Amino acid sequence: MSLPAFDKLAVGDRLPALKPPPISRKTLALYAGASADHHPMHIDLDYARDAGAPDVFAHGMLSAAYVGRMLTDWAPQQCIRSLAVRFTGIMQLHAEPTCSGEIVDKMIEDGEQRVRVALKCVDQHGANKIVGEAVIALD
Amino acid sequence: MLDQNLIGQSLGTRSIAVEPGRLRFFAKAIGETNPIYLDEAAARAAGHPALPVPPTFLFCLEIDAFDSIGTARLARLDESRVLHGEQRFAYHAMAYAGDTLTFDLKVADVYQKKGGALDFLVKDSRVTNQHGQHIADLRAIVVQRND
Repeated sequence: MSLPAFDKLAVGDRLPALKPPPISRKTLALYAGASADHHPMHIDLDYARDAGAPDVFAHGMLSAAYVGRMLTDWAPQQCIRSLAVRFTGIMQLHAEPTCSGEIVDKMIEDGEQRVRVALKCVDQHGANKIVGEAVIALD
Repeated sequence: MLDQNLIGQSLGTRSIAVEPGRLRFFAKAIGETNPIYLDEAAARAAGHPALPVPPTFLFCLEIDAFDSIGTARLARLDESRVLHGEQRFAYHAMAYAGDTLTFDLKVADVYQKKGGALDFLVKDSRVTNQHGQHIADLRAIVVQRND
């Protein structure tokens, strides 16, 4: 993978967006197993209804994993210095997530050239489900 | 209301082996297409010693090592009313399949918002590998609705 060149990047540049397939029950079952997050709210409809939810919904960390994919599609993982996400809404079953990132700062930090990337994951209505940021070191 | 005495309390230290099959299962579950996360030969060709642990999988290893529901009960959280509020990772070195990672977990903070309608529990974990190398620091903020 080629490293994005620090000098060629500008504040306002966007990372290629990532659009995973719609969230299905199978997606949630696989993610529950693979992630070790077995919270029944994401996989057991009876439990979800008893807890007052209309249906199961996605793990926040599934959307975070999609954000992680977008980052590692753009830059090698060893360049990522930090990743922070805030879960601002529930990603519902059948939602169509889109992850996006925009460079909001270029800086020298700890002797490295770094960019700060503002992150979002939204559903098909454009409603924010994740807002966050990553810091990535680039040559 | 959560117990303020939890602040600073250790939730223990646990180690977990990073299994390559788990990494491939996770890659499948998140629809990963980048071959370095799926194919050990591709990972090696990209300069990695083995399949890399992807950026958010450290959180999965933490909950696998600790049994997150057990941790929630320790803090007297009711799992049916708890949501993940925030998750942060600071990365210091890569982790790979075949590593054994140790998570040192503690309660960093406990506080309330909205006049007690929301309880917040902040958990920090320091992650090291089998060589004592500092891999990452994780912070999880979980929120309990009290309505």
